Formats: sequence, C-alpha cells, structure tokens
Amino acid sequence: MMLIPCPWCGPRNETEFHYGGQADVAYPSDPQSISDEDWAHFLFFRDNPKGIFTERWSHAAGCRRWFPVRRDTVTNEIHPDDSARAARTVTR
Amino acid sequence: MMPRTPGADLPEHPDWLWHSPDPKPSYDVVIVGGGGHGLATAYYLAVNHGITNVAVLERGWLAGGNMARNTTIIRSNYLWDESAGLYEHALKLWEGLEEELDYPLLFSQRGVLNLAHSLQEVRDGVRRVNANRLNGVDAEWLDPHQVAEICPILNTSDELRYPVLGATWQPRAGIAKHDHVAWAFARALDRMGVDLIQGCEVTGFDRVGDRITGVRTSRGDIAAGKVALAAAGHTSVLADELGLRLPIQSHPLQALVSELLEPVHPTVVMSNSVHVYVSQAHKGELVLGAGIDAHNSYGQRGAFHTIEREMTAAVELFPMFARAHVLRTWGGVVDVTPDASAIMGLTPFEGLYVNCGWGTGGFKSTPGVGWCYAHTIACDEAHPLNAPFSLERFTTGALVDEHGAAGVAH
Ligand SMILES: Cc1cc2nc3c(=O)[nH]c(=O)nc-3n(C[C@H](O)[C@H](O)[C@H](O)COP(=O)(O)OP(=O)(O)OC[C@H]3O[C@@H](n4cnc5c(N)ncnc54)[C@H](O)[C@@H]3O)c2cc1C
Ligand SMILES: [Zn+2]
Repeated sequence: MMLIPCPWCGPRNETEFHYGGQADVAYPSDPQSISDEDWAHFLFFRDNPKGIFTERWSHAAGCRRWFPVRRDTVTNEIHPDDSARAARTVTR
Repeated sequence: MMPRTPGADLPEHPDWLWHSPDPKPSYDVVIVGGGGHGLATAYYLAVNHGITNVAVLERGWLAGGNMARNTTIIRSNYLWDESAGLYEHALKLWEGLEEELDYPLLFSQRGVLNLAHSLQEVRDGVRRVNANRLNGVDAEWLDPHQVAEICPILNTSDELRYPVLGATWQPRAGIAKHDHVAWAFARALDRMGVDLIQGCEVTGFDRVGDRITGVRTSRGDIAAGKVALAAAGHTSVLADELGLRLPIQSHPLQALVSELLEPVHPTVVMSNSVHVYVSQAHKGELVLGAGIDAHNSYGQRGAFHTIEREMTAAVELFPMFARAHVLRTWGGVVDVTPDASAIMGLTPFEGLYVNCGWGTGGFKSTPGVGWCYAHTIACDEAHPLNAPFSLERFTTGALVDEHGAAGVAH
C-alpha cells in the first residue's frame, strides 16, 4: 500500500487513486504526416524502467485532478519534491 | 482424481538433478533467463534441432522467478485462432510431457470453469465455446445447475451480487506442479550437456553493428552465436541496453495459498468480473490469484487492497473458504502487452530473439513456447504457430486482442 502525495490534498492512501501510466506522453503534433512506426510508438510503447519512473496518478476519490509522480519502481519510494514542482491539471 | 491423503502422491524432494557449472567462453546459443520458458526452449533446441552447445543463464536461482510464483493453471480455451493454435499445441505437449521427461509433473486435467456473471459475459462465453470447438479445442457451455454439479462448493444461488449465470468448461484443462516442471526440464538438459548457470546476471550485449555476438554478465563476457531472451518481467531492462523499445509494462501480480485442507475443490474456477481464480493444490492448499496491481513495478510484491478484493470475491463465491487461514502471499513481476498476447520472434538485431509479454498467463504455454521459440532460434524464422505474435504486429495493427479470454483484467 502506497502513500501517494496529491499536490492539492496531501498524502493519501493508494486506494484513493487511479493509475495513468507514463507521464508526459505527447500527442503527435502533426498526426497526418507521421509514419506507422511513430503511431505505433505513440499508441503502444511506453518506458518501463527499473528505477525512477515519472508516472501519472489521478486522485479519483478526492480532488479528481491528475498529477505526475516520480517513483522508484523497485522500492516504491516517491520523490515528492520533484512531483510537486510539475503538478498541474490535465485539460483534455 | 484428488489424492485421499493430502500430499500422498508427492515424490521425495530431489537431492541433485543438475550440476552448477562455470560459464564457458562461448556457446552456440545463450538463453537469458532460467524460468520455465528458458528451460523448455533449451530442451527443444536439443531434442528437435540437435543444438546442445547451449547455456541457460539465470541471475537468481533456477526457476525462482514467475515459474515459482504462478498459480499453475493450464488451459487452451482462448478466443482467437492464433492463440488457440499456440496454447492448444502446448496443452497437447503437456499431455505427453510427464512420460517424455520421465518425471512426475503432477499434471492433473481436472478441468477449468470460466464463470459468467453478466449477460455480456454469457454471450462472450458462448462465442468462445463456439470458437474453441471450431479450433478443435474441447469446450462446453454450462448452465448454473451443471456448474454446481462439477463444483458443488461454488455458490450458484441467485442471491449473489453477481450471480453465476453460466460458465465455459474445458475438461482437458488443469494444473501441474510448477517446480517439478522446471526440475524435469533441468535434469533432462543437464544429461544432454546443456549448461545451466545460476547466479549469472546478463547486464549487456556485445555487438558488431546490428549483429549480437555475445552477452556481458556478472560472471564475465560470454560469446554467443545467438542470444535468446526469456526473462519475463525483466525484458525491458535488457532491451533498454540495446535501445530496443518493447510494448510491455511490468506489473506486480500476487497470489496466495491457504493452510493445508482436505480435498474440497475438484476443479479450477476462474472469474473475470468479480476477479479471482482458485484451485486446490495436490498437497491441499487453496491456491488463489487475481489481477495485477495497477502500477508498474519490479518489486515482486503488491498492495494489500488487491488481495482484499480477491478474498472478497473468493468468499462470496465459496462461502466455506471464509474459515480458511491464509498461509502465504507473494508477488511476481509480469510483462503485460497492449493486446494481452505474447511477443515471440525475431528482433531488429541479427542473432537476437525475443520471447516476452506472457504477462499473467505464460505458465500454461511453457512447452509450446519452448517448441516454437527453439524453431525460431534454430531456423531464424518464426514457427507458423508464433508468426502472428511478432513485434511488427503493433505497427501493422494485426493485434491478437485476448483481453476477454486471457482471464485476467490487465
Ligand atoms: C502470481 C502469478 C500467478 C500466475 N498464474 C499463472 C497461471 O495460473 N497460469 C499461467 O499460465 N501463467 C501464470 N502466471 C504467469 C507465468 O508465471 C509467466 O507468464 C511465466 O512464468 C513466464 O515465463 P518464465 O517461466 O520463463 O518466467 P520466469 O520464471 O519469471 O523466468 C524469467 C527468468 O529470467 C531471469 N532473469 C531476469 N533478468 C535476467 C538477467 N538480466 N539475467 C539473467 N536472468 C534474468 C529471472 O530471474 C527469471 O528466473 C502467473 C504469474 C504470477 C506472478
Ligand atoms: Zn487530491
């Protein structure tokens, strides 16, 4: 069970959150022109590091906002300073 | 079908089934990962293709990864032709494996029920039964009364929040003793002169241009004609060394067992929507599993709330389990793909082969994987049965979408 630091509500139990996978995956800027390979990479390929991973969580049972977290995928240690820095809502 | 006295048919623990040699400077084929898949692949490389100058490199102890952590369910009732082909090939091999390896695998074809709890699941189940039959896979659709006849301890009353509306039934499905499967392959490999090297972590690759020529390991460099990955949840870590991106995400998958009980549960029961799967091991433990934890992890453990949900489902479906004590819980690291199907075949690097993405369901495929992967490695082209599972399918769009039949919500 992880204690996840919501930048707005503070640290809360993992059960209040929804996992969103890798953070900062950019939608292709010119979707009409990119190759099949690039589409495949946008749709299906995500980083999967053993170590620090920047991922998104949504505080689904709280303020319902999305924010990034830097977490070690081996120890579950969360680096709160970094996640607070980049906290923002997702508008789309 | 079940032993009268729990544990009565278990053989003695083996003293010494294989040696622990030091690595040689070079091999024709190096297999990375000494789980069931790595061992079975080495076995069929030797038996089907006569290639025995092979090393299986394992960073921990032999078969201590997901091979030792899974709930051992074996079945072939997948929806799509591609999957049915591969898993049914594996099931047919399972049916002769004990005799072939001359070792007790405790392969028990006690059947599997996949429960349906909604009208949509009923339709999906009936469709899957029809698809299975067209592919020569044994399958039946059962109503709740027939389900209760096969598994009397299951709560099939309509009082449940999610009542059992029916189930698919594959009589030839079952369980096997995973450790014994690994030991049997290891013993056969040792006798054929294949090196099983434990405590040997692969940390990188040697290459000449786009040709892989060997591996770097915690025990020195080893040259190889061919390098075959069979590292399950850790495949991304290895592929990253080459800048090769793979569409897999590693997640914790947990399981647990109860204390030893008298035989009460005659079959295997899986439920997708309330999410639990249960069988009773030969010794008598109830073996329970459920879905992955949502987040990525290499930690070989997950969160308690996942276990809590699984127990809630188990106790509702099997009220008598409420009094059983949990003895142990543990986790593995499973590699999940976007279409819930495995990746198996060639890579953009000459002499490098990939087998990964089996996620929550790769134990059942063990002999089938070995057979097809050995062919892929020996012949430098996919076997017809694993051709649809190439890495290219994510670019071409020819996905094998098995989310429904994979049995676990990824
Ligand atoms: C809790 C749980 C329940 C499951 N239940 C089922 C089930 O009921 N039925 C089913 O069909 N499947 C099930 N599975 C899935 C199944 O266990 C896996 O799909 C399958 O074991 C994967 O293949 P493998 O046996 O080779 O993997 P593993 O046994 O994990 O083998 C990979 C090996 O590679 C080694 N390795 C990793 N990196 C390196 C490196 N750099 N160098 C050297 N060695 C390395 C690891 O230590 C490991 O031993 C379950 C899995 C889990 C975790
Ligand atoms: Zn919040």
